[in-house]
Amino acid sequence: MIETRNLTKDFGSLQVLRGISETIQDGEVISIIGPSGSGKSTFLRCLNLLEVPTSGQVIFDGVSLTDKGVDINAYRQRMGMVFQHFNVFPHLTVRENITLAPVLLKKRAQKEADRFADELLARVGLLDKATEHPRRLSGGQKQRLAIVRALAMEPEVMLFDEPTSALDPEMVGEVLQVIKTLVKAGMTCIIVTHEMGFAREVSTRVLFMDEGRIEEQGSPEQLFTSPTSPRTQAFLGKVLR
Amino acid sequence: MFANFGPNMLKVLGRYWGLFLQGAGITLLLSAITVFFGAILGSLLAFMRRSRLKPVSGFALSYVELIRGTPLLLQLYLITFLLPELLPMLNLSKFASVTVALVLNSAAYVCEIVRAGIQAVDPGQTEAARTLGLSARQTMVRIVLPQAVKNILPALGNEFVTVIKETSLASTFFVGDLMTVYKTAQGATFTVIEPFLIVGVIYFVLTFSLSKLITTFERRLKASD
Repeated sequence: MIETRNLTKDFGSLQVLRGISETIQDGEVISIIGPSGSGKSTFLRCLNLLEVPTSGQVIFDGVSLTDKGVDINAYRQRMGMVFQHFNVFPHLTVRENITLAPVLLKKRAQKEADRFADELLARVGLLDKATEHPRRLSGGQKQRLAIVRALAMEPEVMLFDEPTSALDPEMVGEVLQVIKTLVKAGMTCIIVTHEMGFAREVSTRVLFMDEGRIEEQGSPEQLFTSPTSPRTQAFLGKVLR
Repeated sequence: MFANFGPNMLKVLGRYWGLFLQGAGITLLLSAITVFFGAILGSLLAFMRRSRLKPVSGFALSYVELIRGTPLLLQLYLITFLLPELLPMLNLSKFASVTVALVLNSAAYVCEIVRAGIQAVDPGQTEAARTLGLSARQTMVRIVLPQAVKNILPALGNEFVTVIKETSLASTFFVGDLMTVYKTAQGATFTVIEPFLIVGVIYFVLTFSLSKLITTFERRLKASD
């Protein structure tokens, strides 16, 4: 579904990604873990070209997204993304946050979009907030809103960029629960996370990134219990205790 | 000098109160026109500055720097002398030329206000909109601008306050604004301090009440965030 070929990204003289070739299949749930600065988020952001790769290719559904003439907006509609800092739209109501893109881009009738929005909101327990503005929401509620806002476009894959890192500890669970439900429903997910327990529980495959490369990967069972690379061992030794 | 202060004050006020009011009106009118067209032209410049085309953004940048880097009085002189020479067919009045100069000046400052207002919107907002599939233009119109307006409007109000004070320079060309009235009253009555005080109080009342209004408005905007 998504393939990268020798993907690199430089920020000035800093090489953040040093050639990543990876294929993600339909239905996979990938967790990307690793120390800060290892390029996890940058890799994720390259997949929908939020960061333009310095070299290499991102191939989605057989199309190289960096090619000239590719309408990236059309492809972004098929890839949902959730950010660390939620980025919900403060000037719109909760429901409007969700319906904006489907009405504007998929030419949905407002009524129909509203109905779908309410259905999504009900699923994440926010239906009673539909007409509120996001300022009235807690962090966890904002993130749940951000997730259903992305889902309203009916994407084929969801990208999560540290979705729980900015949350108060007591709100992490509610957001992870929503992601788990998504995974159970068969959504392809790519999740950059520091929640090791969660990564182990939901992933079909875990990538460990370090210094702009995928240092090691495997099933969660294998990677968390018997990592082979010394770097993976060192990292996991620090975070799992 | 001060012995006659009271009688002089009464004399000046009694004879010229109508003119002072009219001057205040013209000052307000001049400022309003300046800010209105300055806002339009300034917004245009702000978008030019954000353009990816180098000549376009370069032009806007140079314009802003040039205007902000030279005195308004010089610009007023230049425009009021130059404009009728360059475009004689328009048959511009002094008032019109002065207004044009003030607008051209204010636009540069508004450009920076609009630019800063747009820049102050969290880049995460743009990222979220773009990942949903919105184009750059849709993102600007639907997501960034509605939020930027909240930064821009209060700053535009402050620009209004500044312009009210700056229009006093227009009195160099006797366009009938408040400062022109001062010159008239001063010349006719041979009093200096009294008309100064009157004009000063009027300016202060105008700017102070406007500032208060903006503060209230700003608080309302904040409350709706």
